[in-house]
Amino acid sequence: MAVKVKLPTQLRAVAGGDSEVLVEAATVGQALAALYAVHPDLKDRIADDDGTLRRFVNVYVNGDDIRFGEGLDTPLAAGAELQILPAVAGG
Amino acid sequence: MAATALKCRECKTEYALEARYVCEKCFGPLEVDYSAPDVHDVGELRRKIQGGPQNIWRYADFLPLENGQPGSASRNSTAGGLPAGCTPLIRADRLAERLGLREVWVKNDAANPTHSFKDRVVSVASARARELGFTTLACASTGNLANAVAAQAAALGLPSYVFIPANLEEQKILATGVYGTNVVAVNGNYDDVNRLCVELSGEREGWAFVNVNMRPYYAEGSKTIAYEIAEQLGWQTPDRVVGPIASGSQFTKLDKAFAEWLELGLISGSHPTFNGAQAVGCNPVAHAWEQGRDFCQPVKPDTIAKSLAIGNPADGPYALDVAKRTGGSIEQVTDDEIRHGIRLLAETTGVFTETAGGVTTAVLKKLADQGAIDKEERVVLVITGDGLKTLDAVRDSFEVHTIEPTFDAFEREFAGVSGAAR
Repeated sequence: MAVKVKLPTQLRAVAGGDSEVLVEAATVGQALAALYAVHPDLKDRIADDDGTLRRFVNVYVNGDDIRFGEGLDTPLAAGAELQILPAVAGG
Repeated sequence: MAATALKCRECKTEYALEARYVCEKCFGPLEVDYSAPDVHDVGELRRKIQGGPQNIWRYADFLPLENGQPGSASRNSTAGGLPAGCTPLIRADRLAERLGLREVWVKNDAANPTHSFKDRVVSVASARARELGFTTLACASTGNLANAVAAQAAALGLPSYVFIPANLEEQKILATGVYGTNVVAVNGNYDDVNRLCVELSGEREGWAFVNVNMRPYYAEGSKTIAYEIAEQLGWQTPDRVVGPIASGSQFTKLDKAFAEWLELGLISGSHPTFNGAQAVGCNPVAHAWEQGRDFCQPVKPDTIAKSLAIGNPADGPYALDVAKRTGGSIEQVTDDEIRHGIRLLAETTGVFTETAGGVTTAVLKKLADQGAIDKEERVVLVITGDGLKTLDAVRDSFEVHTIEPTFDAFEREFAGVSGAAR
């Protein structure tokens, strides 16, 4: 199913300036794999070689951190919005 | 020391000193890097600091501004922003006695202009934001930061936007709105607010989100708490620091500040042991510590300590490292222990702290009760905010004696209390 991946400003330079990308996927892991297929340079920025997300990368599905779901196996419904953001907090 | 670059804490890539907070190569957080200090005479440097203003800018040599102290040289002018810092360090003998310790000091950062340590970090972030040409201040806040940003923006004459969770304590909302800021209450918890602000910061030109795109500069402001502690102790380190952990930023910067000054030879003593304090209802760092992990699993906060209610602490891994490296620990206490902590500090020192200070005091008590603190140690308890902002935490925790306005009524109420009658 079609889902939307929103990219943070820091990643747009390696994604041809795109702020969002539409991909076909049923899980977060599949969506990211599809994203890397479109923009290969993205993978190295946010994931290790085996696909594990780096520890300062946060991924949200419709606003919920995927670590509250099933991580990369978190299922995606059609029209889901996946957002990648750097970890930053304090206030 | 002069700031030379922003450096990734993970992969060490360097960037210019601009409004940037995340490494484009690995997404790691950026931190201000300084040139090696060139100090020949520590006595002279101490005198320079002592002769400086009665606020954080006495430490301008260790802060990341291009032009040093901002604004007018006048000590209390708001032209350079609302002055923060130089808060009291109080020797708390009655608290120490209650805990069976010899020497406990309370760093009372509630004595800042908006009653929390956040005035320090906002001073540095807003000064750097102005150097970089930003025209609007903003933040994602659990309350104290909102107060500080709104007040600082008012002092500087800048428009501001503060984003808070909609369920925040009323006192914190009122004490923010009064400054004429734009209060944006977001339906969600702090982590939702933060996510929104991280997204917004990438889209709003000219906006300095003090704890997002200004974060490397903002975080440096916390070092001034440790500089003050060392200066107030007569250029010495304490043996132990007990401080709160929300994002983990302040905790790691206290550690950094002592390390910087020890390396310079500006202060004597050994590097302090660091104990971090969290609430059981929002314990991602304490939980990771318990599990022996070097990363934090996010949690959904549910605690009265809302100023520490960050479920996804960005500096958690570094806070874990500080506790480990200094032989300390990261502890957690329940909401009841937090309420008792507030009362314990108030009843033994006269300092009324908010829930975050209750967390910290309760953790000190817990460590003392466990015998984890040597009796001869000099301990500093870092109190970061004011009890007037979280009044609900003490509501109904004591009895009010209501009487008719007569001598007899008073005598009846306090019959048997020695000394009450004369």
